[in-house]
This record gives sequence, structure tokens and C-alpha cells, in this order.
Amino acid sequence: MPNSDTSLIRCRRYRKRILEISQQVSALHIAPAFSCTEIVDLVYNELMSDSHVDGGDVFVMSKGHGCMIQYVILEEKGLLTSQDLDNYCKPGGILGAHPDFGNPGIRASTGSLGHGLGMIVGQAYAEQLKRSQVQFYVVLSDGELQEGSTWEALSMAASLRLSNITAFVDNNDFTSLERMSVGQPAFYPVVEKVSAFNWSVTESDGHDASALRSALASLSEAMPRMVVAKTTKGKGVSFMEGVPIWHYRSPNSDEYERAILELTSSA
Amino acid sequence: MRNKFSDAFFEASIDNERLCLIVADISPAGSLAKFRERTPERFINVGVAEQIMVGIAAGLAMRGFQPFIYTIATFSLYRPFEFVRDDLCYQNLPVTVVGIGGGVGYSTLGATHHAQEDVALCMTIPNMTVLAPCDPLEVEVMTKWCAYQQRGPVYLRMGKAGEPTLTETAEPWQFGKIRHLREGKDHCIVTYGVITKLAIATAEALEKKGIQTAVVAVPTLKPLDREGLGEILSSFDDISVVEESAPRALGLEVEALAFRTRFTGRLQTFSLRDEFLHCYGSHDDILTAHGLNVGTILNRVVTGK
Repeated sequence: MPNSDTSLIRCRRYRKRILEISQQVSALHIAPAFSCTEIVDLVYNELMSDSHVDGGDVFVMSKGHGCMIQYVILEEKGLLTSQDLDNYCKPGGILGAHPDFGNPGIRASTGSLGHGLGMIVGQAYAEQLKRSQVQFYVVLSDGELQEGSTWEALSMAASLRLSNITAFVDNNDFTSLERMSVGQPAFYPVVEKVSAFNWSVTESDGHDASALRSALASLSEAMPRMVVAKTTKGKGVSFMEGVPIWHYRSPNSDEYERAILELTSSA
Repeated sequence: MRNKFSDAFFEASIDNERLCLIVADISPAGSLAKFRERTPERFINVGVAEQIMVGIAAGLAMRGFQPFIYTIATFSLYRPFEFVRDDLCYQNLPVTVVGIGGGVGYSTLGATHHAQEDVALCMTIPNMTVLAPCDPLEVEVMTKWCAYQQRGPVYLRMGKAGEPTLTETAEPWQFGKIRHLREGKDHCIVTYGVITKLAIATAEALEKKGIQTAVVAVPTLKPLDREGLGEILSSFDDISVVEESAPRALGLEVEALAFRTRFTGRLQTFSLRDEFLHCYGSHDDILTAHGLNVGTILNRVVTGK
């Protein structure tokens, strides 16, 4: 992978690859992956060291339905093969619509929401016991913050002083059914709630790598950290942005051409 | 049982530095307090938050530790059930889920604290191993086995306190094998867990009626020793299954095995009723309310009704 690529170039490439895979299956989670593309790109290409090896830093896609972005990055890093991705959700393939623990580069089975952060807390505590330098990164959906288990995990992470955890909330304000701000207005404000759980937390534009970097730089190194990243579901393809059907649907060939054209012309 | 578990766990923790204990606001009695004092970093109390108890255990196991989670059976299993299923079983991690007071042992606390369905439920989850010790000696040997096993998740279905020793003279416990606890040629009671005491008392009462009664314990419910149970079915014409469980666990398995092996004798099953009982009293009182006492079982064995 050309390391000199900017986030912008890489993310455009990832989105195109996801659209390409979408032409082989009737349904996949495009919009949830486009929503956190810049975040996951930043984690893999700038934050993690040794993401390829067992003793290296760890990333868990707690919002398991966003895993297409993780798959295409793992493909680019050589942990998954193009054949693995071509066989996505097909008989004989190893990759499904949610990450499966044991597959290359997949550090937890997620898909059921509200599990990822808890398992990260256990893993991060284990590495703290070993006095290792391993860092843990996790992407949560905003819907996951509706799960009580996420708040149990937030509380324990701070109580165990797990300064080796960095969490990103992909705050696209959408759940499957409706906007968070409509369905559960009391969800907001998020930053204040998480801050009250003794996390170092701030907000950022979730599609701007430099904003994400600045947000991270503003956080404490001495406690678990969270960036509440303001994102747009389906980001990058105008007719997908904020339109609920793209949570699941694959574009038809005409829509695919339009989407590719849009991504290409934004270059 | 709790004390024997604590002693065995503490002993194992001295050799095995990978052992961790995660509890959900339950007091670490006996040697567990010693464990906490000796290695406070390997003891985590998550408080009243059972989902994170399981999640942390999964994460620790993923990084090479050997965690036990420990609380009352309803809270170690039911409250975080999907976490047990997804985090531990789906990912096949060597975590021991200790359920204290499995069955109706918390007899005065009501059905919120009764784990009637625990064994039946756990027997249906892929990758789960189900162990149910009948006395403190089985607790000891199973705890030590759990402290080193790498098969995957285990549900260790425990009693509470004051259970008598029943297996002192029995053949050694072997994972996945039934155990012959008492000889007899006329009738055989197949059982497991704390209610084994009642099964043995029933066998003694039957003997006084001239019915020589064997007692076989099934300490490993999953994987089930179908070969051993098959031998019981071919050796006896009159068999009872006695379990402190909802009526969908060992009794159902033995019935299915009897059907497959064309068993022609008489097979009766005794279990908790398929009901939530709104009554209180001693453990024996609640078992009696469910139809599980020496008199009731003896009467059905003798009369066949």
C-alpha cells in the first residue's frame, strides 16, 4: 500500500472497492461503512502500530455491521485476500456481514450491538496486567450507546483506569429505524454523559482526518479516551447520504455507475 | 461447595498465574478472600453489572488468561445470557461460568433467584461444556480441571453450602464419564448435582422395601456420556432419572437414548415442575413443592404411577 496516500485518496479507494463488492451481493451494509471510513482509515493507517501481528495494537469494529471498511483495509494490508472479499457472504467464503473472531485481523465477533467495548475492556485490562504497550481502538455506533452493556463497559474501563483504550463513536444519528435525535432525543448530549463516566472525551468531524487528529491530540493520555465523531451515514455518495434504505441495500448497476462517477469526480 | 470451590480455586491460582476471578457484587467467601488479598489485580468486582462481567472475561481469555466468572446462577447465566452465548460460546473461549445455587437452592428468595432452566439451557448452546458436581469432592476436582482446560466455555453448576460428601469411595471422576455411586440390581437412579443426596436417600429407602437400587451420577451433562448411559439402559429394566432442573434436561436425553436403543423397560423421570412456584421455605421444602422428595419418588418407583 502506498503509505504516502492521503486519507482522502485512501478513503475514496476504499469506498470504490466496497461498491465493487456490492455488485456481487444483493445486500450489504454500505452506508454504515461509509459513515466510519475516515475513522477506520485513521486507526489502521496512522494510529495502530503492528496491526498485522498478534502482539500488535488491536482494533475492534464494535458496530459489526460497519465491517466492510475493515475488510477492504485488511485486504489492502494483505491480511485478507481479494478472493476472500470476492467470496463475501457466499458459500465457501470466510467473510460474512459481521466480523467473525478467528478470521485474519478480526479480534472479536461482533454484530450484536453492545458487545465490542466490553471485550475490549477485558483485553485492555489483560495487557495492562502484562504491562504491555498494546493499544486498543474500537468503533461504536451511536445506536450502541443505547445498550446498557455499553455503559457498564464505559464505567468499568474508567474504574480500571484503562488508558490504553481509544473509542470512536460513529455518530451518524441514525439507527435502523430512525434518527436518534427523533427517536430518543435524551440520547444527547453524549460528550457530557461519557465525560461523567470519567472518560476523556471530545467531539469532532468524523470525515475530516485532520479534525480527528486534533481531537485525539486534545485528549488525556491518562484515562480512556473517546471521540464522538459527527458523521453522515452513506458519506461520499450523495444519493445514499442520510437515506435509510442504504443501511442494507446494494446499488443496481445504474446506481453503481453513478456512485463511482461521483466518487471519481470528487477527486 | 462454595468453600471447596474457593479452596480449589485458590490452590490452582498459585500454580496458574493465568487464573482470574470476576464477580458481580458477591462476597468472596473463604479462600476467595485470600485470592483477592494475594493477587488483587486478578480479582475484579464489576458490581451489579453482569454483562460486563462476561465481556471482561471474554477479553481476558482472548489475551491468554483463564477467567472464572462467579455469582448466583441466575445472574451468571440468565442476566447476561446473550453475552455468554456470543462472547464465550460463539468465540469458544475457555471461561468458566460458575453458577452458585443452581436449581432452587435459594429457596427463600423466590423464583427470581431460582435457576431451574440453567442446565437445559446450557446443554443447547454449541461449544458449551456443562458440569454439575454432586458434592464438595466433585467441586474440588472439577474446579481444578476448569482451571487448566482449553476446550472452551464451561458452565459449572454449583450448590451453595453444607452439601455432604457422597463420592469418597467412588471411582475417580473423569471428564465426560458417568460415575457409579451405589450398587444395586433391581433399579437404577440416574442423577447429578446437589439432588444426588436425595437420590441416595431414596435408594436406601427403596432397599428397605427390598428393591436393590443403584445410583449413577452424570457429573458431565455435556458432552453427555451416551455410551455409559447406554450401558445403564442395557443393564437395568427399571430406571429413574432424578434432576433438580426444568423438565427438559437429562431426563429428556435419557428418554431419547432409550427410544434409540429400543429400551423395553420402565423409565421414569423426576424433575422440577414446569412452573414458577410462589412458595418459600428450606431447599427441601421447595423440592417437595416440586414433587421431589424421598416419599414421592419412592411411591412412584414402587407403584409405577
